[in-house]
Amino acid sequence: MESLNAFVLLANFVLVPGITYGCQLALGALGVTLIYGILRFSNFAHGEAMSFGTMAAILFTWALQNWGVSLGPLPTALLGIPVGILVTIGLLLSTDKVVYRFHRKVKASPVILMIASLGVMFFYNGLIRFIIGPQDRNFTDGERFIIKARTFKEITGLSQGLSIKMTQGITVVVTVLCVIALFYFLNKTRTGKSMRAYSDNENLALLSGINPDRVVMITWILVGALVTIAGTLYGLDKSYKPFTYLQLLLPIFAAAIVGGLGNPLGAIAGGFVIALSEVLITFAYKRFLGYLLPDGWAPESFMQLLSTDYKFAVSFTVLVIVLLVRPTGIFKGQTL
Amino acid sequence: MMMNRNLLLFSGMAGLLMLVGFLQSWNLSLAIVNLCLISAVMALGVNIQWGYAGLLNVGVMGFAALGGLAAVLVSAPPVQEAWEAGGAGIIFAGLVLIATIVAMRLVYPRLQGRQRLLAMAALGGLGYFVARAFYGPATEAIELVNPATSGYLGGLGLPILVSWLVGGVFAAGAAYVVGRVALGLRSDYLAIATLGISEIIIAVLKFEDWMTRGVKNVIGLPRPVPYEVNIQNSPFFQELAASANIPLIEFSSIIVKLCYAFLFGGVLLIILYLSEKALNSPWGRMMRAIRDNETAAEAMGKNVTGRHLQVFVLGSAVIGIAGAMLTTLDGQFTPASYQPLRFTFLIWVMVIVGGSGNNWGSVLGGFVIWFAWVEAEPVGLMLMELVTSGMAEDYWLRTHLLNAAAHMRLMTMGIVLLLVLRFAPRGLIPEKR
Repeated sequence: MESLNAFVLLANFVLVPGITYGCQLALGALGVTLIYGILRFSNFAHGEAMSFGTMAAILFTWALQNWGVSLGPLPTALLGIPVGILVTIGLLLSTDKVVYRFHRKVKASPVILMIASLGVMFFYNGLIRFIIGPQDRNFTDGERFIIKARTFKEITGLSQGLSIKMTQGITVVVTVLCVIALFYFLNKTRTGKSMRAYSDNENLALLSGINPDRVVMITWILVGALVTIAGTLYGLDKSYKPFTYLQLLLPIFAAAIVGGLGNPLGAIAGGFVIALSEVLITFAYKRFLGYLLPDGWAPESFMQLLSTDYKFAVSFTVLVIVLLVRPTGIFKGQTL
Repeated sequence: MMMNRNLLLFSGMAGLLMLVGFLQSWNLSLAIVNLCLISAVMALGVNIQWGYAGLLNVGVMGFAALGGLAAVLVSAPPVQEAWEAGGAGIIFAGLVLIATIVAMRLVYPRLQGRQRLLAMAALGGLGYFVARAFYGPATEAIELVNPATSGYLGGLGLPILVSWLVGGVFAAGAAYVVGRVALGLRSDYLAIATLGISEIIIAVLKFEDWMTRGVKNVIGLPRPVPYEVNIQNSPFFQELAASANIPLIEFSSIIVKLCYAFLFGGVLLIILYLSEKALNSPWGRMMRAIRDNETAAEAMGKNVTGRHLQVFVLGSAVIGIAGAMLTTLDGQFTPASYQPLRFTFLIWVMVIVGGSGNNWGSVLGGFVIWFAWVEAEPVGLMLMELVTSGMAEDYWLRTHLLNAAAHMRLMTMGIVLLLVLRFAPRGLIPEKR
């Protein structure tokens, strides 16, 4: 009984939030990795693109809520996502046309593209604040919980409760669907295969008649979908605040590098590695040990390895360790 | 011809600052000049890394904040009580950490594979927990000492000018650690590692109350220049103000700002002189050779990673100095004010717009962009008022646009950076070839 309680405690405070956060990071890192694999630069505007996608989804969600549309227990934002995706794809494609294409055509070094992405980041940031302002926005509606802690206790008779929020459930389901769709696309369809070929060996791909402009366009379309979904899920789960997405940049990049830049499977693995280590290291183990250890042995302190203020330090440390031990990432990076 | 153009650009900048003096106020104009000078130093630091060596530092904010920390640790008066309460514990925790690192370095070469990994983890964990055992109670005790006014260890109580050097040393130390890890790998990795370290530095400064008072801020740092009140009380300045026909209060504040400008300008000139010397020396030529073709430089027997580390540390030190100067000017240390857009990416815009690889360009870029950043707000508001003047007073679009005008400058900076990158990638003052 005691060990079961301990496990539920861990699941409630570590596993569920960790997996949710991991899904969000994985989706973000997939976008970074796709851009790196095809366009071969680290896109610093990625966080802001997520923020923009979320904003577009929120604006449409508000409109829907105004019209009285609702999904019952599910949040209305799910309906806002497709519109958000379309708007974001439009923004990304026009950015590519106006900014990145020129540097690509003159074969500028990746560093120049990275700096261009800094400029794009500035622009998006201003644009978002211009449209929606810097305030905190809450747009979640529908049922709050799938399982409430109290209901769980009543059903199982345990003294520890397990609660799963609706947004957490949705995050996991949507992520799984996205990942399946993405891998199906990359591995089974003709267009997806041409993308992988382009990422693997640009010259050989060009030689076999793959249209590079089309590959780039498809990449931005995929990225637009991924950032909007990732951003909206994150916004639903926490709350939407434009500047938090700038801070997500570090864990997302860390996830992509840890998994191996340019490797989609790696991006997913990296997302979970970063998210789980963040939650595991900042979790206070006091009550957990209290259940497992015999009476009287329970520790006095919180048994927290690192305070939550330093969650950035966790992604950074994982990143540093990977860079030192295996600079190419867990899965060898570079191609899709 | 080239010289004339540069002269024209710099005098144009001076003209703009004078214009502010005449139209708005000299006080404001001098305030802008002071921040321009600091920005120019920061831009020089980034230029040393990016312009000389092509290294992408996305953590300028962190290094500047370390400079600010130096200002606090050097100049704030020491808090005797806090030292008695927890000083020993902190020092001991620090010693334990140092001992751990030394032990890890000693063990590292003696073991192989899995054994090495386990030994490292065990040593690291042990050191961490022992250090925490001392550190936890010590910080708690320190933070309990007059939390409203101090609650931290304070500094050494030395003149704040010393902190400018110390700030450089702090930033150089952090840069050395990051450089050792991330240099020699793909160029993106350095960018992301610096992004990470800067976020961590800010987190430490925000949450380690025993060291920096965290978000409670350290205010009232000593000044290297006289206080306004003293100037106002001195008969000499009273006469001077009267003869210049300027109100005494405004006059005193102008004098103070001039003093700062003198100090900052001095630092800028010294660093600029040294940078130019270095750039035109064999060392500078080697750096450019490495930047333009790493493989060729390596073939000539140059240690590329070593040189990169050197130039990265040097550039960060300059940024640290600028960070300490900034905190000195503010007279207070506010960790929450360090925002990446303002402290990292704006500096990048300065360097790119000014002309990467050219020190004079960075200085000009620092001036132009800071000026634009400050003046964009009133100008943007004016523009918005013009655009919305036809609308009704409380029309939603009008209020929205007027509120949003403040965010226009972010967009403007982004567009400026992108335009320069595309149409004039070598900047206002291009690098000499």
